[in-house]
Amino acid sequence: MLSRSAEAVYWMSRYAERAENVARFLDVSLQVMLDIPDTRGDPWNAIVAATGDDEEFAKRYGAATRDSVVRFLTVDAGSPNSILSCLQLARENARSIREAISSEMWEQINKWYLLVRDAAANPATIDDTHEFLAGVKEASHLFVGVTYLTMTHGEAWHFGRLGRVLERADQTSRIIDAKEALIHARPHDTGDSLGGIDLSALLRSVSALEMYRKRHGRIEHPQVIEFLMLDKWFPRSIRHCLENGHESLKLVAGTPSEAASTRPERMLGRLKAEYEYAVVEEILAAGLHDHLDRLQSKLNDVGAAIFEAFFATRAEPVAEEEQQVKSAAEAQAAQ
Amino acid sequence: MLANRPLDFASYEPGPFFDEMFDARSRPRRAYDILARTLSGLPDADLVRRQRAAERALLHMGITFNVYGHEAGAEKILPFDLVPRIVPADDWALIERGLVQRTRALNLFIDDIYHRARILADRAIPAEIVESATSLLPGARGLDPPGGVWIHVSGTDLIRDGDGQYYVLEDNLRCPSGVSYVLHNRQVMKRTFPKVFEASRVRPVDAYPSELLRVLQNVRPRGVASPNVVVLTPGPYNSAYSEHSFLAQQMGVELVEARDLSVRDGFVWMRTTRGLARVDVIYRRIDDVFIDPKVFRPDSMVGVPGLMDVVRAGRVALANAPGTGVADDKVIYAYVPAIIRYYLGEDAILPNVPTFVCSDEKQRAHVIQNIDKLVVKAANESGGYGMLIGPQASAAERATFADRIRANPRDYIAQPLLALSRAPTLVGEHLEGRHVDLRPYVLHGGDEIFVLPGGLTRVALKRGSYVVNSSQGGGTKDTWVLAARGDVSDSPGAPC
Repeated sequence: MLSRSAEAVYWMSRYAERAENVARFLDVSLQVMLDIPDTRGDPWNAIVAATGDDEEFAKRYGAATRDSVVRFLTVDAGSPNSILSCLQLARENARSIREAISSEMWEQINKWYLLVRDAAANPATIDDTHEFLAGVKEASHLFVGVTYLTMTHGEAWHFGRLGRVLERADQTSRIIDAKEALIHARPHDTGDSLGGIDLSALLRSVSALEMYRKRHGRIEHPQVIEFLMLDKWFPRSIRHCLENGHESLKLVAGTPSEAASTRPERMLGRLKAEYEYAVVEEILAAGLHDHLDRLQSKLNDVGAAIFEAFFATRAEPVAEEEQQVKSAAEAQAAQ
Repeated sequence: MLANRPLDFASYEPGPFFDEMFDARSRPRRAYDILARTLSGLPDADLVRRQRAAERALLHMGITFNVYGHEAGAEKILPFDLVPRIVPADDWALIERGLVQRTRALNLFIDDIYHRARILADRAIPAEIVESATSLLPGARGLDPPGGVWIHVSGTDLIRDGDGQYYVLEDNLRCPSGVSYVLHNRQVMKRTFPKVFEASRVRPVDAYPSELLRVLQNVRPRGVASPNVVVLTPGPYNSAYSEHSFLAQQMGVELVEARDLSVRDGFVWMRTTRGLARVDVIYRRIDDVFIDPKVFRPDSMVGVPGLMDVVRAGRVALANAPGTGVADDKVIYAYVPAIIRYYLGEDAILPNVPTFVCSDEKQRAHVIQNIDKLVVKAANESGGYGMLIGPQASAAERATFADRIRANPRDYIAQPLLALSRAPTLVGEHLEGRHVDLRPYVLHGGDEIFVLPGGLTRVALKRGSYVVNSSQGGGTKDTWVLAARGDVSDSPGAPC
């Protein structure tokens, strides 16, 4: 497929996934606020910090309040990772590859965007946030479902999945990091029940509470972290995302099962292996925050390597391609 | 509040125009019988509801165009009116024959102009008119497009006068747009009026993408067994981008931008994730002067350097071929009946609108003297721009145009103001007559010429307006071409 289309499909999925994660993260944060009579720290600032856009926020709004934080993350077109901005970008990318995706996908992403655009124009959205966020999540699920069911699971689809799971791994790591910060900001004498609330909120924010219960039962800190980072089967766990991403990457690179022919494959393969053999206690002992920081920067590097290997404009084709070009040209000239 | 009373045609005023739906005695024409009966039984609130539903469907389908640049909020759907325009089978048979004839003649004309120009040597039309046409493309001289086809895709604008006669208003032989609206409007109408639709024996339009693909594959370079066909677009910020992507998607081919293409070793290649892949046929939706910055405009950002060399060498086919715009020139338009006579020895089946050519001294004098009764058009503008509607213009505007005509007579033509036919259109909560035209689409694949049984009916939504262009407040209607009685095949696009 066209390099440009591959890139657009990749980013379309990334932005769509990001929009869903922002919605999840904000929704559950708002609910936790209701559960915890909050006397410590500044929870609104923690929410903004988790997105990594705290500087931008301070510039645009100054103080973090419910209103400003919700606006910043949902309908603020000037905020780089607001749901509205993500959907604008997802849709713009989809628009540039309408011939590569199905009509149903286009229509769904378009409806999704219109839902958010209309919400942005409606002042009530900021107050009735839950319904809006639920709508965003539902639209995202529809989009993923329609994509799964209407698009050939070929190269373009795998570029899309690659984008989606890399974004999801990154987002899950940010959500864990943000909730960890909240848990640690709390005085130790608050007792387990409130810590339990934060941990179940963390699980719920990635729709993992019920699946976690089936796997581990009691809500304990190391198990929750283990489930979200190292579980092989849960679709939002970091390990699961890395495995899926690696699989898609091999398919788009056309590499036979055990080999790794491209740089991004090697990088993602190592990262995946690290997660396959990791032990949660070691991660916690070494410091979760630093670990997640490193993960995010490695994911960035993988993204950059994917760009280099598949999307970047090359002035000259690589040697192998050159050969193909030549032989095709000669064959043509001979006719 | 919307009244729930049934729609009342008694208040509909056909006016002193040819009305598409009603005859002079305000009775529905035969082709509109079923539709008129259905509409008059509907509460008008229902009509408004269906109109809204249709608009919503179009919005969800993302059939939008950019109003100002690319700011997402400024996207609009092209206004759509849910009352269809119906063309009876007999009318269509005439239109179809006329368009096939015209396309064949114009294709021969273009081929001749870029080779020996026999028509000029034989003085069948004045040589200076062709030689002075700004759309004459010197770079196309001597070109031999595969199958001798230059005009693969065209969209000819037809209008009807007060007596219902069809006229050709203009030929669009470069990159006519709008066919995607034909297909989308139809999809929406099937949902909006399923019963009327079923009862009316409307000929399907869905064959267009397949026919277009067939044409594009057919004109592949010699020696290529299964051609790689692409659609070339200027990019997502072009106003017709939705159409480009829609057509590529429907044909199942890649939609490329110039930056995806390059010329190497005498061929055109596209950049894929697995390296370069050869391109054999390009359906380009970019104007001639932008396609190759090496040959035409050096500042073009949407073209492919070196493309014309490959076209010349016959190693890639361009649809439409470069240079077709010469026959789009509004002055040359005036000579199309002569062109048809010259190449085919036939009279034009579809007449031209009577046209005064300002470069002719006598005709120019007439135009300037009667400028208050005429429509003056610039020879090389489209989209309803560069036009003076004499009867509606101020004295100052008329004087300005008269000066322009004197300064550059070659650049202007004039035509009488035709009483464009009108069709009932939903305005607010009731129907009013609005002026319409019709753009059918014609595909030329070398061996046969296909006319899509349908077309884009454009409607001037402003009361009294004659300008149907979407850039100037025009909207569209679905166009129903009825199957002939006893025509059981109803097959999409029976070739002619």
